[in-house]
Amino acid sequence: MLQSVGDFLVITKRQLLQLIRIPEVLIFATIQPAMFVLLFRYVFGGAIDSGVEGGYVQLLMPGIFVQTVAFTLAATAVGLAADMQKGLIDRFRSLPISRSAVVIGRTVGDTLQNVVTLIVMGLVGFLVGWRPSSGPVKIFLGFLFLLAFGYSMSWIGVLIGLSVREERVAQNLVFMTVFPLTFLSNAFAPTTGMPKALQYFAEWNPVSTMVAACRELFGTENIFGATANSWPSQNPILMSLIYMVLLVAIFAPISVRKYVRVSK
Amino acid sequence: MKSIIAQELVKTYDKGAVKALDGLSLEVEEGTVLGLLGPNGAGKTTTVRVLATLLTPDSGSATVAGIDVLKHPDEVRKIIGLSGQYAALDETLTGWDNLTMFGRLYHLNSAASKKRAEELLEKFSLIDAAKRPIRTYSGGMRRRLDLAASLIVKPKVLFLDEPTTGLDPRGRMEMWEVIDELVKGGVTLLLTTQYLEEADHLADSIAVIDTGKVIARGTADELKNQVGGERLEITVEVDQIATASKLVEQVSGTTPTVDSGIRKISAPVSNGSASLIQVLRLLDDAKIHPLDIGLKRPSLDDVFISLTGHVAEVVSDEEVGGKHAAKRR
Repeated sequence: MLQSVGDFLVITKRQLLQLIRIPEVLIFATIQPAMFVLLFRYVFGGAIDSGVEGGYVQLLMPGIFVQTVAFTLAATAVGLAADMQKGLIDRFRSLPISRSAVVIGRTVGDTLQNVVTLIVMGLVGFLVGWRPSSGPVKIFLGFLFLLAFGYSMSWIGVLIGLSVREERVAQNLVFMTVFPLTFLSNAFAPTTGMPKALQYFAEWNPVSTMVAACRELFGTENIFGATANSWPSQNPILMSLIYMVLLVAIFAPISVRKYVRVSK
Repeated sequence: MKSIIAQELVKTYDKGAVKALDGLSLEVEEGTVLGLLGPNGAGKTTTVRVLATLLTPDSGSATVAGIDVLKHPDEVRKIIGLSGQYAALDETLTGWDNLTMFGRLYHLNSAASKKRAEELLEKFSLIDAAKRPIRTYSGGMRRRLDLAASLIVKPKVLFLDEPTTGLDPRGRMEMWEVIDELVKGGVTLLLTTQYLEEADHLADSIAVIDTGKVIARGTADELKNQVGGERLEITVEVDQIATASKLVEQVSGTTPTVDSGIRKISAPVSNGSASLIQVLRLLDDAKIHPLDIGLKRPSLDDVFISLTGHVAEVVSDEEVGGKHAAKRR
């Protein structure tokens, strides 16, 4: 048991070492969401009448945080597909280490990377007017929630990365799925403008429940979300927790199984 | 003692349509080198992957150092080293980072993994490059580091899958020296190659494999004898062909093959250099001075062609993709 913890820490350490050896990766991974904050803040912020105190940026920040951590799925999938393609996964599989060490190490490493990204985004948000008003405990819980959501999304990425085996295919696949998922939500605009079917989807979309949960935790009224009196829009924190548990409960065992059998 | 035993391994893909392994059996004596020789798609990589616990065969059994590969893969992983066709390293990390990481994954403590990394970098002349990312390494350096990574725990059994494919001649010579050195250290080695001279140079015995099974085995010499023994070949001036041909026939006892285009006479001979000297004496007496004369031993290329009916391919990209590798063109 202790040894398998050691194993996954070695894998996580490897990932952090990569960031030190090629700092550009982390810099770009951080600049991109920070840039999105600025773009949305100044392009849409002026056009959308938010009707909340402090303006659009209060609604935007939880949305963009959730979008960013949802993309952990992409980081994991692309990272593992690259390892797969280079034969590194084969080498790991030929070592006497626990069968889950490599994938757990990866998901933990990607989550640690999110810590840095979220800090930078939060600071940029603060500079452009984001003022969470719920007090330190709830703000901390909000960030914890974001990291947990990113971690659970990461497990879908494991399965995708090990299945497609090619870095570029993984990249295209995840961007094609995660982008629509983050936009078919209450993250950036009210869902009321969408066609009925999409509204329904947006209500239940985990991204929406996460955004709603974060708005609650950061102390902003979620005027983009509660279009209907649906259960997920009224219980966003609980619903998000259920989604996270489900994601890990489903994808972690499947992914580990996939790893054990995967063969280049 | 047999260090590697594989019995009747079968592995099919695409619901049985493609047979990567078709009842492959082999044995490697402890402390010896077996060269698994065959063209792309013959099943070399698949065999290594099964023996190195990466792939489960459809049927058949295998043991490595007496341990059942299918029943106790974790035990096998502790005592084997695997170095693949493509250097499986973290390209963004340095050579040092890679070796210490693998050391930790072999459950050496921090100090021991550093010490071992240093020893290996020294041994493989990579000290100067230790702190550089792998992506700046040459092909030969990558292979050496990859090999070093497979030697961290001094494996009892080592699998090298096409260790020199894609290397330039100098890189290949360096790799051969390194492997020779290892073999002297007493490791049991299973080496796959599509280079005939490589098997000849490095292996104690050779198993020729084609379409997923072993089609011939023995030492390089035995395989060569299987194709036929030595041949005497002489080249003379056009007007001397007839005379020389008769003299060769006297020694050989069979009618020589004559290629008048290149003025070459050749015939099988049984007692090598003695026959050569005999022919030279006869030629000298007849005042014939050959332009060229020599004994030719069959090459492994000749062996391969005579066994499989086709030439060994020298394309290197096909066996990369596992699943696709099995598909023969």
